[in-house]
Amino acid sequence: MKSHQSYEIIWHGRGGQGAVTAAKMFTEAAYYAGFKGVSAKPTYFSERRGAPVSIHTRISPEPIRTFSNVLFPDIAVVLDDNLLEMVNVTANIKTGGLIVINSSKSAYDLELRGRFTVAISDAYHCSEAAGLIIEGNVLVSTSILGPLVAATNFVGLDNVQKAIQHKFKGKSLERNLKAMELAFEKTTIVELDNMSAVAQG
Amino acid sequence: MSKNSTPIRTVSTPAEGEAGKTGDWRSQTPKIDHEKCSQKDSCLLCWLYCPDGVISATFPLEINLTYCKGCGICAEECPRKAIEMVDDK
Amino acid sequence: MGQIEIITANTAAAIAAKLCRVQVISAYPITPQTPVTEELAAMVESGDLKAEYITVESEHSALASVVAASQVGARVFTATSANGLLYMHEMLHWAAGSRVPIVMACVNRGVGAPWTILNDQQDTIAQRDTGWIQMYCRNSQEVIDTMIQAYRIAEQIQIPIMVCYDGFILSHASTPVDVPFQDEVDRFLPSLEDRSGIDGKTPMNVNPLILSDPRPDANGVLMPGYMEFRYRLQQDILGSLEAIQSVDSEFQDTFGRSWGGSVWGYHMDDAEHAIVSMGSLASECTVAVDQLRSEGIKAGVVGVRVYRPFPSSQIVELLSGVRTATFFEKDVSYGYQGALAMDAKAAMYESKSRPEISSYVVGLGGRDVRPEQLAEATLKCVKGPVQHCWLNVSG
Repeated sequence: MKSHQSYEIIWHGRGGQGAVTAAKMFTEAAYYAGFKGVSAKPTYFSERRGAPVSIHTRISPEPIRTFSNVLFPDIAVVLDDNLLEMVNVTANIKTGGLIVINSSKSAYDLELRGRFTVAISDAYHCSEAAGLIIEGNVLVSTSILGPLVAATNFVGLDNVQKAIQHKFKGKSLERNLKAMELAFEKTTIVELDNMSAVAQG
Repeated sequence: MSKNSTPIRTVSTPAEGEAGKTGDWRSQTPKIDHEKCSQKDSCLLCWLYCPDGVISATFPLEINLTYCKGCGICAEECPRKAIEMVDDK
Repeated sequence: MGQIEIITANTAAAIAAKLCRVQVISAYPITPQTPVTEELAAMVESGDLKAEYITVESEHSALASVVAASQVGARVFTATSANGLLYMHEMLHWAAGSRVPIVMACVNRGVGAPWTILNDQQDTIAQRDTGWIQMYCRNSQEVIDTMIQAYRIAEQIQIPIMVCYDGFILSHASTPVDVPFQDEVDRFLPSLEDRSGIDGKTPMNVNPLILSDPRPDANGVLMPGYMEFRYRLQQDILGSLEAIQSVDSEFQDTFGRSWGGSVWGYHMDDAEHAIVSMGSLASECTVAVDQLRSEGIKAGVVGVRVYRPFPSSQIVELLSGVRTATFFEKDVSYGYQGALAMDAKAAMYESKSRPEISSYVVGLGGRDVRPEQLAEATLKCVKGPVQHCWLNVSG
């Protein structure tokens, strides 16, 4: 994916899981990368912890003038692979698009079908390893950015690090950076073509 | 549109008789029986309840009839029945 | 030029209130306005904002509190949405009649029943006859800038202002916003001069009962009647269009951004077909115009930024040269049509050259509105007028 284009991204998460935070940090990173227009619009109904929520993000070289929902995303980001059973996250992804998933499973095991790239990283266990646990909850809002930045080239790891540095301080910053970098390193990228999964690296 | 000299806000300084000489409205007048009146600061219910503030807080009580509308609240409230409303005519 | 931050319109409104150095805040939380109250409360708690935050049990009391504080000369702020705004209705009239320069953020949300927390503009449109100035913002940058402009305008003409922006669509969407520096805002918006005439020592009558005809007060001063005060309000709100324009120009000189005063145009110079709208929907319309232009249709957008006072002469000027004008709005005057279309039609009656006017009601209760739908609907009106149609509704 190239840097002079516009991108539309849908984030799927559960209420309270950090999808809004993740989307905000990524749009901020995109702004640092030189995109003048970035927007992150949550479409939750009312604050409902645990319920599926989505965030609609646009990234463009020009300021954003449309606030309508993203119907045909270039990228879908899934913060929790359990959502695959509840939400059709691959619906309407553009041909040649990308799906980023936090999962310990492979693309084959997740039974994904379509023509798009799949980037999978076990963001949950990366966050856990980095000590990103608050009140027993493992936070994946920064680690999910690892596979996303690994599978794209229009924002860059440095800008994502900068956005995380803007958001967190001290020990929390260290843990968030470590979690994201671990998830970045452990990303598996696979290109799907129709019904078959072909491993590429 | 032409400039208007009306002030923009409705603010005024309070003054005696703002609503005019309301004593004209009266058809009954309160009459005080100073013997029955407790003549004590601990009462003064008539003074407290008077909606027009025309009863003195000193004894013997005086009522400013220029503004007393003759509503009769003082007579109603007096625990000693020391105030009686009498017809003006 | 300030500091670019990626923030929501709610955060922009809260930051603007702080930059304007508001002294008294009273607000009652309601979705989607809630983050404004939370962020301001946190600023007051931490001492970043030296202001009195009055917690209240309802929106009616929230507005009553800021009316009172404004009457004694404080710079005040409140914010609300939907049913909260409706609950303020009595105090809205009271605020305008008291001629207090309140600025209120109205985060547009649909009105129950049935319950919705999502966006449309029925809540503020329903308050159009209360004597307030209403300004509608198309993005979060315009929210922060309009808030700052609003204090200047309100304090100059002593009429309260609603700064309206779309709930969730703007209130919860993070976008880059140029946050002005404090010293620049201080230069643009000097501290509030107390014109209340109330010193706290001399007893005063504020908004006493007055009679229908002018009458001397107890000191022999001739006091105007109710109608004189209300006529003055009407004259001043009509006259505020000039102030709105000049404050916007001055804002541009200081901050380098203009929002067009009361009405703005997009590709209107050579437009044959106009789309008229307000708020973020008007921004959406600019994308529809790009699409129509790419298809060879000379379309443009007339964005109504100030709905009350109604900028009729500016609208007439922009629409007199076009063949068709299509209105999109997120409100309806039940039993008739969309409020904006109605008002603009009335204004166009004065004009010799009138376009064919079509009107749509769209996006009520958060229904998604897409630029391609707006373009398609406009194209239909280019072929022949469409009378009061509801877009994307079944039944």
